[in-house]
Amino acid sequence: MTHLGYLIAGWGISLVVLGGYGLRLARRGRSLSPLVPEDRRRWLASPGTDSD
Amino acid sequence: MTEVRRFLADARLVAVRDLRIEFRSRVVVGQVVPFALLVLVLFGFALDADHRTLRTFASGLFWVAVLLSALLAVHRSAALEQSDGTLDALRMSGLPPAALFMGKATAVFVQLVLLEVVLMGGLFVLYGVEVVDPALLVAAGLLAGVAVAATGTLYGALASGPGVRETLLPILLLPVLAPVLIAATRAFDDALGAAAVDGWAWTGLLAVAALIATVVGTLAHGVLIED
Amino acid sequence: MAGRDERPGTTGSRGSRLLGCVALTCLAVLGVLAFVLTGPDVRIHPTTGEEFGQFDAVRMLYLHVPMAVLMYASFMLCAVASVGVLVKRTPWWDVMAHSAAEVGTVLCGLVLVTGSIWGRPVWNTWWEWGDVRLMTTLVLFLLFAGYLALRRTTTDPRRQERQAAVVALVAVLDIPLVNRSVAWWENRTLHQRSTLEELKIEDLTLFTLMFGFLTFGLVVWWLTLQRFRVGWLERAAIDHAVGSAMAERRSETSADELDAAIGVTDEQAGEASP
Repeated sequence: MTHLGYLIAGWGISLVVLGGYGLRLARRGRSLSPLVPEDRRRWLASPGTDSD
Repeated sequence: MTEVRRFLADARLVAVRDLRIEFRSRVVVGQVVPFALLVLVLFGFALDADHRTLRTFASGLFWVAVLLSALLAVHRSAALEQSDGTLDALRMSGLPPAALFMGKATAVFVQLVLLEVVLMGGLFVLYGVEVVDPALLVAAGLLAGVAVAATGTLYGALASGPGVRETLLPILLLPVLAPVLIAATRAFDDALGAAAVDGWAWTGLLAVAALIATVVGTLAHGVLIED
Repeated sequence: MAGRDERPGTTGSRGSRLLGCVALTCLAVLGVLAFVLTGPDVRIHPTTGEEFGQFDAVRMLYLHVPMAVLMYASFMLCAVASVGVLVKRTPWWDVMAHSAAEVGTVLCGLVLVTGSIWGRPVWNTWWEWGDVRLMTTLVLFLLFAGYLALRRTTTDPRRQERQAAVVALVAVLDIPLVNRSVAWWENRTLHQRSTLEELKIEDLTLFTLMFGFLTFGLVVWWLTLQRFRVGWLERAAIDHAVGSAMAERRSETSADELDAAIGVTDEQAGEASP
């Protein structure tokens, strides 16, 4: 396949960055969750949050 | 009609105040203008070029110097409101934020025009430029000045205040001003005879940018300084 | 009460896990389509008979183009959410604006990188100052990088919401100006020289591209959702920490101690309380 190096670089960097970002988000979610009472963790579950 | 007149009077009050402070403290004249000239000189050293090359790049170098100096001028303008609770006093005095914006932006504009005039002198002396179309030069210079002053005043409100945010101003403001830099440089290229482009078309773009910046600034400044 | 389908302690839910799995599957299918089932872009020159074209570099487009489109979508979502912040002022809009901006900026960076990597074999250059789309994307990246930097300076969160919203909207308003100025500037663009229309787009190539849009649409949806949940948690954690610190402070002193401290005698206190 021609330009194989470029293809590997382009696809590789993209998948690594997107995958890494996703993992970081998942990990951050896991570390933040215990800090918050259960009923406030999700927008759908939270009581009315229209306060400013 | 009286509302408009009151608005203009308020804006004028703020502008005159800012300019009077500048007149007494001489920060822009004493520090910012020399900085701009220094930038021109540094370019001269760095490019190590003859007059012909410098004339080709003169407009670009001019506007880069103006933009960098504008950062200082804008920061200074915003800092005026931070000392002694001035901003709170202004808010409580009932001065409409839009008038505050207009006044400050006008003061920054005046300072920028002064800066541009001095820098033009620098271009004549240091780079040996010749003015082919003075009307175009003035029009583009003024309109670009409005755009930079308005956008800068708007972002100045962001980048001052409690917390270390001074270093935010350049990275927020400069990308937004990229089209102004491009347009002003091309207009000056035409006015200085450095390139065969339609400078007046570019000046039209500058007018649009200036208009948008003024309108958005007037509307948004209140949001940025309110509690 | 945590939802039945939520796994406690994570930002996952049945819905988001399903989304993630589908997205990953599509990504795998896209890989097969892009690298195995479709062919390279090879064309025969009408007069010289030589082969020319992008050859295998075209396979990068199945990645680059969908990411570019989704980048614009994310930034538009950020703009809409920023309007929401200024008008509605609920936390949902603010967290959404921040999430869309962050995902959009990641995509923007990748678009620039993949575009540059694609450009090297096809245009023979890593970068081209005169190209309209390239310049606009670069400025877009800088604008939103600035937005994210502003977001990271934690001062008064309510002020920061509105300030960030204004910055996002100014950035979005600036884009047409940037586009016009760069387009006039050089009046030529490499992007135009090799647009999608020039490619020999057979059915499978087109299908792969469309499938790429679908795949990255799912991936970006998943990422934005997760980022939103994390942002929501961050906000809730701060509120909760502040709230419990205040409650702790209050509970440190009993009512009697407080009265004694301010010099209220027992009789006076007895009158006041039931």
